[in-house]
Amino acid sequence: MSRLARALAVLALAAAAGCATNGDTDPRDPWEPANRAIYRFNEGFDDALLRPVATAYRDTLPEEVRGRVRNFFSNIADLFIGLNNMLQGKFEDGVTDWARFAFNSTFGLLGLHDIASDGGLEKHNEDFGQTFGRWGVGDGPYVVLPILGSSTLRDAVGTGIEIWTDPIGDFRPIEVRNSAVVLRGVNTRADLLDASRILEEAALDKYVFQRDAYLQRRRSLIYDGHPPRDSGDANPR
Amino acid sequence: MTVIHPVTPAMPIPARRFLCLLGLLLVLGPARAQDAGAPDVLVKNVTLEVVDLITKDKEIQSGSRAKLIQLIDAKVLPHFDFASMTALATGQNWNKATPEQKKRLTEEFKTLLVRTYASALSAYSTQKFDFRPLRAKPTDTDVTVNVRVLQPGAQPVAIDYSMEKTAAGWKVYDVMVGGVSLVANYRTEFTNIVRESGIDGLIKNLQSKNHSLDSAAGAAKK
Repeated sequence: MSRLARALAVLALAAAAGCATNGDTDPRDPWEPANRAIYRFNEGFDDALLRPVATAYRDTLPEEVRGRVRNFFSNIADLFIGLNNMLQGKFEDGVTDWARFAFNSTFGLLGLHDIASDGGLEKHNEDFGQTFGRWGVGDGPYVVLPILGSSTLRDAVGTGIEIWTDPIGDFRPIEVRNSAVVLRGVNTRADLLDASRILEEAALDKYVFQRDAYLQRRRSLIYDGHPPRDSGDANPR
Repeated sequence: MTVIHPVTPAMPIPARRFLCLLGLLLVLGPARAQDAGAPDVLVKNVTLEVVDLITKDKEIQSGSRAKLIQLIDAKVLPHFDFASMTALATGQNWNKATPEQKKRLTEEFKTLLVRTYASALSAYSTQKFDFRPLRAKPTDTDVTVNVRVLQPGAQPVAIDYSMEKTAAGWKVYDVMVGGVSLVANYRTEFTNIVRESGIDGLIKNLQSKNHSLDSAAGAAKK
């Protein structure tokens, strides 16, 4: 909950900063100055702590072990992926997600083994931000969240709900919950090491490249990989 | 006997035509099913060949970027239309560039893209690929070829190649990774830089980016 409160505080801050923007900014990113400041902070945090830890994690543990960790958290996530598919009216996909959870939690030994994928039940990618998008809610302004990175106003609200309803949040004792949250974060960052290095190499202005990639990616996810042809330019100016 | 020696002068002309057609069908029929000229078959063949060469090449496996880029230059580049990609990424400013600027811009952008592609390939070449059947009419000249990279514990990553039929065969003019168009993603960056420092500024910017990657790769080898 405190993390949610913090995220909301940052949103309020970003909104306040938004009032002071000049006319020469990207219409999708009216809060660019504040976003860039948070982005710089995130970069510093990543350089100093997150990336070194994730790199050590990847270099120390064999893929066999990291795969189990990935599967364990991925299995828990399937519960809400299923719920979001149901909320979007994609009942067949939702049933698949919950069947995945049922199989993997039992025969897959608490989700350590993704036997459902081997059996042809494909993993989906859904969240509350996508559900709101599907319901017709627009992106809203682009927002960079502390630590969590790229988001939009709509997706940040979705992320807030996800943090609030996170099943890991109910893990007790508290030390177990905290360890699980950290492990999940480190594992996620470790899986992104290659992608972040490629981004570093490809981008001329990392902030802009990452923002545009995020916005394109979300649009694709909301339409499950088949977005309608863009009516306007990616850059409307 | 006439079947074994179909083209005898004694044979009536309609029969000869029929056998001719039959022969053509026999030759073309099996070829059509695995038509090497079809865009999806092209993507599949090139991907599998390149991944196979990467996994077999000891120098690339031990981290030789120069060798990897050489391989991409030889096998992948001929199937890309970099002038189109650069024009699309540059957007409206493309028309303001001189032919000389267009040439240099394309060359620098190509270097950057090849490097990025090499990084992506070496990171993901161990994954399994799922080549989707092409959903297009045979008469289409602009198609999207879908490939999916299967990765354990996560949703597959879609790689979509936008391809156009040209006189020199099918050419890729955009690549979408996970719904992110590479060409569109550079457009804002390019537009911002051109607004601040013109087309020449953009060329310089790309040049220094490529140089810094060169020296970084050199430093990593030592």
